[in-house]
Amino acid sequence: MSTALAQPVERENYLNKHYGVGSWLFTTDHKRIALLYLISITFFFFIGGFFALLIRLELLTPAGDLVQADTYNKLFTMHGMVMVFFFLIPSIPAVLGNFLVPMMIGAKDLAFPRINLLSWYLYVIGGVMMLHCMLTGGVDTGWTFYAPFSTEYTNTKIVEAGLAIFVAGFSSILTGLNFIVTIHRMRAPGMTWSRLPLFIWAHYATSIIQILGTPVIAITIVLVAAERTLHLGIFDPKLGGDPLLFQHLFWFYSHPAVYIMILPSMGVVSEVIACFARKRIFGYSFVAISSIAIAVFGFLVWAHHMFVAGISVYAALIFSLLSYSVAVPSAVKVFNWTATLYKGSIHYDAPMLYAFGFLGLFTIGGLTGLFLAALGINVHVTDTYFVVAHFHYIMVGGALMGYLGGMHFWWPKISGRLYPEGWARLAALIVFVGFNLTFFPQFVLGYLGMPRRYYDYSHMPEFQVLNVLSTAGATILGIGYLLPMIYFLWSMRYGKPAPDNPWNAAGLEWQTQSPPTTFNFDQEPVVTWEAYNYDEIDAGHREEVHVVG
Amino acid sequence: MAGNVDALYIFLLIVTGMMTLLVFTCVIYFAARYRKQKGVLAEKIEGSIPLEVTWSIIPFFVFMAIFLWGAVVYFKGRTPPRDSTEVYVVAKQWMWKLEHAEGQREINQLHVPVGKDVKLIMTSQDVIHSFFVPAFRMKQDVVPGRYTVAWFRATKPGTYHLFCAEYCGTQHSGMVGDIVVMDPAQYEAWMGGGSTGPLSATGEKVFAELGCATCHRTDTQGRGPNLQGVFGKPVLLEDGRTVTADENYVRESILEPGAKVVSGFKPVMPTFQGLVSEEQLNALVAYVKSLSNAGPTGPKTASAPQNAPAASKGTQVE
Repeated sequence: MSTALAQPVERENYLNKHYGVGSWLFTTDHKRIALLYLISITFFFFIGGFFALLIRLELLTPAGDLVQADTYNKLFTMHGMVMVFFFLIPSIPAVLGNFLVPMMIGAKDLAFPRINLLSWYLYVIGGVMMLHCMLTGGVDTGWTFYAPFSTEYTNTKIVEAGLAIFVAGFSSILTGLNFIVTIHRMRAPGMTWSRLPLFIWAHYATSIIQILGTPVIAITIVLVAAERTLHLGIFDPKLGGDPLLFQHLFWFYSHPAVYIMILPSMGVVSEVIACFARKRIFGYSFVAISSIAIAVFGFLVWAHHMFVAGISVYAALIFSLLSYSVAVPSAVKVFNWTATLYKGSIHYDAPMLYAFGFLGLFTIGGLTGLFLAALGINVHVTDTYFVVAHFHYIMVGGALMGYLGGMHFWWPKISGRLYPEGWARLAALIVFVGFNLTFFPQFVLGYLGMPRRYYDYSHMPEFQVLNVLSTAGATILGIGYLLPMIYFLWSMRYGKPAPDNPWNAAGLEWQTQSPPTTFNFDQEPVVTWEAYNYDEIDAGHREEVHVVG
Repeated sequence: MAGNVDALYIFLLIVTGMMTLLVFTCVIYFAARYRKQKGVLAEKIEGSIPLEVTWSIIPFFVFMAIFLWGAVVYFKGRTPPRDSTEVYVVAKQWMWKLEHAEGQREINQLHVPVGKDVKLIMTSQDVIHSFFVPAFRMKQDVVPGRYTVAWFRATKPGTYHLFCAEYCGTQHSGMVGDIVVMDPAQYEAWMGGGSTGPLSATGEKVFAELGCATCHRTDTQGRGPNLQGVFGKPVLLEDGRTVTADENYVRESILEPGAKVVSGFKPVMPTFQGLVSEEQLNALVAYVKSLSNAGPTGPKTASAPQNAPAASKGTQVE
C-alpha cells in the first residue's frame, strides 16, 4: 500500500487547492458541489435501501410478523419517497452531470455556479425536512400520495413530507436550468451540437423535463397541503372535489420523472459503450434525437397509470397508443448500442460490465412496459407486483446500473485514484445476479395476482416461495451495493493514483488532469474532432491535446 | 375474460421473448466475437440509415398490433353485457359490502352463479379502493363520489380471491375476500335464504321515507320530472346538453341536484348529501332503474314518450 502513497507532491487540483469545511460549504466549483451531492445522495440511498431490506424481510413469511401494518405502510412509503426524490432524481444529473457537463463541453464551470450551490442547499434543506418527518412519525400514503386518502383520511405527516419534496423539487429545477443555459452558451470553440457527447444530449433532454415537469408536482403538493389544512374541496368528493384530478396532476410530473432517472443513465451507457468498444456510437444522431423524443413523448403518456382508475375508455385508448410511441425511441437506443458492439474491440473493464448489465435489465424493463401499456393486460397486472418489478427494472436496473457504471468510469477522474478492478467486476456481477433474483420473481407474483403494498399475505400463502426468492435476491443485491462504496472509499486513501486518461477515452473531460484543476482547463480547449473518434485515437492519428500545462 | 387476457399475454411473452433473445444474442455474440485482440482495431462504422428506419418501423408495427389487440380486450372487459345480474358494491376502510339486486347482503364475500354475467356497480364511502379478482383478470378502482362499473362471467364453480388493489390505509392487506361461484341450482338455494326483499323495493321505501314522491310524481304534475322509464335514456338538460340517465347521473341528481337540471324544471330540489348512506343511494338507484325495467321492452318504449311530455308540462308549470 505504501507505493500508492509514494507520490510525494500531488499536483494542484480541485480537491487540494483549499482545505477546511468552509472551502466545501461555500464552494461554487461544480466538481466540489458534485461531491457534496455524492455524499448526500449516498446517505439517502442507504436509508432507502435499509427500508427496502425491512420490507423484504417482512414479506419473507405470509403473516405480518416483523412489523405492524402501519409501520410497514410507512416503510414502503418512505422507501419510495427517499429513493425517488432524494436519490434517483438527483443521482446522475446532480453528481455526474454536475461534475462532467462543464468539462465535457470545455467550460470552466456551469453558467450559474452560485445557483448550483443554492440547488445543493435546497436539496439538503428538503432532505433534513424529510429526515425530520421520518423521525417524528413519517408518512403512510405510498409515495403516490393518492387523494382523498392523503388529504382527508391519513393522520400522518403529509404536509411536512410534501414540503420537503417541494423544496427538493426546486433544487432539481435549478440544476436543469443551469444545464440548459450551460449547454447552450458555454461550449468551447468547435464543440458543435453534432459533436456533443451523448451524455450531454441526455442531460439536455433531462433538463427539459426537470424544468417543465417539476413545477406541476410542486403545484400538486401545494393543493394537497391546502386541502388538508383548509378543506378546500379540490380532490375530496365529499367536499366537491375530484380524486382523479389528483392522479392526473401527480402523474403529469411523476411519469416524466421516470425519464429524469433513466435518460442520464442512457447518456452514461453511451459514453461507456463507445469507449470500451473503441468505436463511435452507431447512429449517433438517432441516439441523440431519441433522447429528445423520449423527453417530449414522455409528457404525453401519464394517464397510462390510470387505466382502471375510472377514466373513459377513449382516454385510455389514446394514452395506450401514445405509450407505445415512447417505446420506439427507447428501442432505437437499445438497437444502436447493440450495433455499436459490432466489429468493435471490446474491453471488459468494470464500467463496461455495468453497461452490459444496464442493457440486459433495461431491455427486460422496457419490454415488460409493452405488457403494461396493452390495455387488456394492464387491467390485470396494474397495482400488482408486476408493476413493482417493471419499474424497478427501469429505475433500479436501468438508472442505478447506469449510475454505478458512470461512477466506475469517471471515478479515476473524480478522485484521482484507481479502484480495485477485480472487486469492481465482482460487484457488477453480484448486483446483476442479485437484482434479477430479487425482481424477476415479482413479475410472476404479479401475474398470479399478488397486489402491491400488502404487508400480510396470509390469505394467499401460495405466494411465499416467490417472495422468499425475492428476499434472498435482495440480500445479495444489498451486498452488491455495499461493495462499491467500500472500495471507492478505500481507493481514496490506498488506491493507485490515476493517470489523466486511464481508459484512453475520447471525451474532453479526459484531456485535463486527474483530478482536474479548479477551472478544469488551463486554456480554453478548441475542438477539431468528432465525438467518439476512437478509430483516430487508437490508430494514433489524433494528437493528445494537452490543455493542461 | 381470463382466456382473452391470457392469449394476449402469451402472444406478448412470445414477441418480447423473441426481441429479448435477439438483443441478448447479438450483445453476447458481438461481445465474444469482437473482444479485444492484439493488433486488431475496431472498424469505423458511422451508422446506417436503412437499418435505423428498419428497426424503428418494424417495432412500431409490432407495437401497434399489440395496442390494437390490447384495446379490443379492454373494450370487451369494460362493456357490461345487457341483462347482467347487478350487484352493488360499497367499499370502505377496510371491507367490501355487497348487495345483490335481489336484496341479499354480503360482507367480503360474493356469491354468484356460474355462467352468468355479473355487473358490479361500485362506489366507496371513504378513500379509493380497487376491486381485483385475479382469477377473472378483472380490476376496477372503486372511487368515492361516483360509480364505477365492472363485470365478469365466472366459468367454473369454486372460490376465488378478491383483493383490494389500491392502497387504502392501515388494513389494506386485510381488505380481502372471496368470490364464491356456484352451480345455478346451488345458487338458487343460496338466494332463497336471508333476503330482505329486492334492492329496488328497499329503494322504493327510501323514496317514500324521504318524501321524493311529493315532487317526482307518477303523473306529469310534479315539480320534479316523472321518473318512470327515465333510466338508460338520454335526458335533455336545462342548459341544452343531453346526458344519459345512468347510475352516475341518478346519483349526482340526488347528491348535487343543481348540477344537471332537466330541461323545463327549476333547480328547486334540495341536496341529499349527508342525508342518505351509500347503501340507501344504491337502493334509490336500483329503484329508479326498476321503473324502467317493468317489462323486457314494452314499458321502456312506452315510457319514452311519457318522459317528453313530463318535461314539456314542467315548462308549462313555470
